[in-house]
Amino acid sequence: MDKIGLIISREYLSRVQKKSFVIMTLIGPFLFAAMIFLPTYLATTGGDTKSIAIIDESGKFAEAFVNNEDTKFEFLDVDQDTGKELIKNESFDGLLYIPDLDTQDPQGVSFYGSSNPSLSMMGNLRDKIEGEIENIKLKQSGIDREVLDNLKVKIDINTINLSSDGEKQSSSIGASAIGYISSFMIYIFIFVYGAQCMRGVIEEKTSRIIEVVISSVRPFQLMMGKVIGIAGVGLTQFLLWIILSFGVVAALGAVFGSPSADIKTQQKEQLESMNVPQDETMAEIEQDVMSKATKALESIDIPLVVVSFLFFFLSGYLLYGALFAAIGSAVDSDADAQQFMLPVTIPLIISIISLSAILNDPNGTLAFWLSMIPFTAPVVMMMRVPFGVPGWELVLSMVLMIAGFIFTIWVASRIYRIGILMHGTKVDYKTLAKWFMMKN
Amino acid sequence: MELLKVENISKAYAEHQALTDVSLSIPKGSIFGLLGPNGAGKTTLIRIITQIIEPDKGIVSLGGSQMTTELVRKIGYLPEERGLYKKMKVGEQLIYLAQLKGLSKSEAKARIKPWLERLDLTLWSDKKVEDLSKGMAQKVQFIATVVHQPELIILDEPFSGFDPVNADLIKDEILRLREEGTTVIFSTHRMESVEELCDHIALINKSKKVLDGPKLQIKEEHKDGTFLVTHEGQLDPAAYYEIISQKTTETGLTETMVKDYTDGGPNNLLKELLGKVEIHGFMEHIPSVNDIFISNVTNQNNG
Repeated sequence: MDKIGLIISREYLSRVQKKSFVIMTLIGPFLFAAMIFLPTYLATTGGDTKSIAIIDESGKFAEAFVNNEDTKFEFLDVDQDTGKELIKNESFDGLLYIPDLDTQDPQGVSFYGSSNPSLSMMGNLRDKIEGEIENIKLKQSGIDREVLDNLKVKIDINTINLSSDGEKQSSSIGASAIGYISSFMIYIFIFVYGAQCMRGVIEEKTSRIIEVVISSVRPFQLMMGKVIGIAGVGLTQFLLWIILSFGVVAALGAVFGSPSADIKTQQKEQLESMNVPQDETMAEIEQDVMSKATKALESIDIPLVVVSFLFFFLSGYLLYGALFAAIGSAVDSDADAQQFMLPVTIPLIISIISLSAILNDPNGTLAFWLSMIPFTAPVVMMMRVPFGVPGWELVLSMVLMIAGFIFTIWVASRIYRIGILMHGTKVDYKTLAKWFMMKN
Repeated sequence: MELLKVENISKAYAEHQALTDVSLSIPKGSIFGLLGPNGAGKTTLIRIITQIIEPDKGIVSLGGSQMTTELVRKIGYLPEERGLYKKMKVGEQLIYLAQLKGLSKSEAKARIKPWLERLDLTLWSDKKVEDLSKGMAQKVQFIATVVHQPELIILDEPFSGFDPVNADLIKDEILRLREEGTTVIFSTHRMESVEELCDHIALINKSKKVLDGPKLQIKEEHKDGTFLVTHEGQLDPAAYYEIISQKTTETGLTETMVKDYTDGGPNNLLKELLGKVEIHGFMEHIPSVNDIFISNVTNQNNG
């Protein structure tokens, strides 16, 4: 057993000391932040301002089109063909042609552009025309806009979990976010570190070190040492990321002071200087939102989420890591590994695809079965845990998970012990089955 | 006294018989040459001895007790297909491999140091293996094989990848280890090193052992009564000898290979020859291991 310890420590140290590990660990949190914020940032900033020419033969839409940051509208008093020429000359990005239309049956609105217009812009233009026609129709039917607006109400439903501990404000948004993030982390970790396992085995095999080492340790020890050592690397990276993220946030807080407090006082001062009586309501709303958020998080059993995350991360990784190691032992190069990768990764991909369905019904039949099957459980169960899973389901899933990874490790080690010493054989599933059945 | 005993080992892979009822006895302190053409089953036999694979049948025992995983630590195995962790430093790697063999870290360090000095590698201890030349990596590998002071060393093609200078260096180390009482099994195709180093040989062909014993005895058994005669003048054929080959040397003398058909041994043949030609040299032809190897393998393959 001390040999497994030796192998684990070598696998662990050799990876943790690598430059790529240090760099990934340092920039990982920033990359994650970028992955989350960049799309939002890009989506909100939008592109250049578009200028749209409008030929309105009906004369009804003069007030409907108001310039904003993204689009500038210009009404032209020319006929359709001259307008088209202008587009060809590229004086405008697009031409909206509105014929003298019948409000009962509005037909014939066209958009001319040198390229395909974006979906959001078309939607925007459509909304504006529809809104204006609606206004006209309202007026014709004698209904006032204000009356209609008054009819609309907005309701917030507070969700409350009833349990023996009493009532707790719950939040499906918070649970979804936590579920999504942890599922996704597990998915990525299994992939990244599973592939590392595989590559490590291939390296040992192609560099022929295996023959040297195999006479002093059992193949099983070698495989488990590698799998566990890499699990340690994954955990280390994960913990460092958490510590780093908190560290970065804390450091920023210390340097700039609490930004929210600053803003609050600023707002207060502004409001006071303007002597607006709304001051109180603003503060109230703010407090309300804050307390809602904290209450929502309270309903999620954070320690349970953390423990489940660690459990499913480790067991899922062990389950897949062993299989990846077996693949590595069977092939002679990364390229050969592709054909065996697919069937192993399919359950993982299925579980990631099913996440949105799980999110719709976290305690449904699909969710239940997928979180019982060890191959999909790590990803799927982590989606469900923040929503609250019946205790027996969680325990059963964990027991099956343990049985699952013991099983795959057993299968993998039988393939591994033969594969690791085979060179230049053309390997297909039949060969793998033969190796599996072979006695030592 | 035998150190390693292999009894009636058989091993079959799916459609292929790798070893058939092979028995060997390897005397303590000997250098034992395990010979055979490619695919004869040598590597399988070595893997069985080192417990990497299990035989279908038969027993391996080391020093009188049946081989176990623990006993394998007393063996140092240098496989033919060998390698090292490329990204690891030489020193660290040797310590790691020695630890896998059961040495403590400090013990490993203490034993590795003199080896590095002896093989001129001290300066390379902190370099990564990928920075080493092939020959240097081979030397590191050799150290890894012997550093835990095994009772038995198994070397599979140990000289491949070495230049003559380093090959000699390793040869000297092997002989020195033998002096210290280590037993060596030597698997190779290079017959000149077998000739030079081995005192026992065994020949495996087509999964079966065809030859086994002390080298000199085997050579003795394979003597076929041919003599190399260096002479002046023309040697004509006669009934009591057969001329196998003939060539002229630089000095103008003739070298004739004769097979002796007289009954009384070399002296009788010499007497017959004395009257015919002027004899400058007379030497019994002793078959080389190479000759024995080739004749046995081709005989068996044809038969």
